[in-house]
Amino acid sequence: MVLKDVYDFYKRMEDEHVILSFKGVFTSELLTSILHIMDIKMSDLGIVRKKKKRVFHVLVECLQNLYHHIEEVNENQEETLLEKAALIIVKHDGDRIVIRTGNYIHNQGIEEFTERLAEINTLAPEDLREEYQKKLLNNELSEKGTAGLGLIDIARKSKNKLGYQFIEIDDRTSFFCLSVVIE
Amino acid sequence: MKNLYLEGSAKTPAVDFDVNTGVLVLRGRSIPENSIEFFRPIKEWLDVYGIEPRIATRVEVRLEYFNTSSSKCILDLFKRLERMNVGPTEVLINWYFEKDDEDMEEAGEDFKSIVKLPFEIIEVDEI
Repeated sequence: MVLKDVYDFYKRMEDEHVILSFKGVFTSELLTSILHIMDIKMSDLGIVRKKKKRVFHVLVECLQNLYHHIEEVNENQEETLLEKAALIIVKHDGDRIVIRTGNYIHNQGIEEFTERLAEINTLAPEDLREEYQKKLLNNELSEKGTAGLGLIDIARKSKNKLGYQFIEIDDRTSFFCLSVVIE
Repeated sequence: MKNLYLEGSAKTPAVDFDVNTGVLVLRGRSIPENSIEFFRPIKEWLDVYGIEPRIATRVEVRLEYFNTSSSKCILDLFKRLERMNVGPTEVLINWYFEKDDEDMEEAGEDFKSIVKLPFEIIEVDEI
């Protein structure tokens, strides 16, 4: 029966402690709504203020990465609507908040991107801080207002290594998955 | 010249820059997707204020959160203020953070180490 899907879907989200998920195009208004919903959810879950702030901070950077990434994809008229869409899943598992994002990317940028992610993961907290300060002082803002500091900041605030994976879709496109844990 | 007053929103801080008192306040959240747009009028206001600033200017940063895009623009404001801090003109920055908010305390320290201005980091119960 087709409608059983609904329950299966619900059950899976329940079992995996999903408190929020969205798939689609990330607009500025949507970001505001998601942040508002998460604000309320975290209060309802009794998450302490300090941790709530940290999750909020990481969430802002993750969402804005998706937002700006989609702007980039939009510039190319050949892209399909599917490729403009992205995914966010937030889980509350025990004491941990897990933020996962997924979006399509062009294969050609993967090598450089992987190097950057791997490098961030080698940095100790004080190195991340130093890297942040260095970039803050030297990087110019792009036209879109991005500072190239997002991932460093996510690693710094989450106090955990970034989890990531690229799933090849075809010779042009891959799906990039990012996982951030806040304990 | 007029005071600069902007109401805060879900993603942008309240701005209260008073030309008569020389007290410039940023309060709330600064998490716009594109901070350049939001900070442009603030920079422009500071450029005019900087021509004839008050003898003492006090900047109060009372931010709950700010994103990486804003951090660059905040630094840019501080750099403009640095240039005003010459001769008899004194500019000082008070950076507030909420008790236990180590991240905002650290962010204040980060700016303090970069900016050449008297820079106080002040703990408060509520921002």
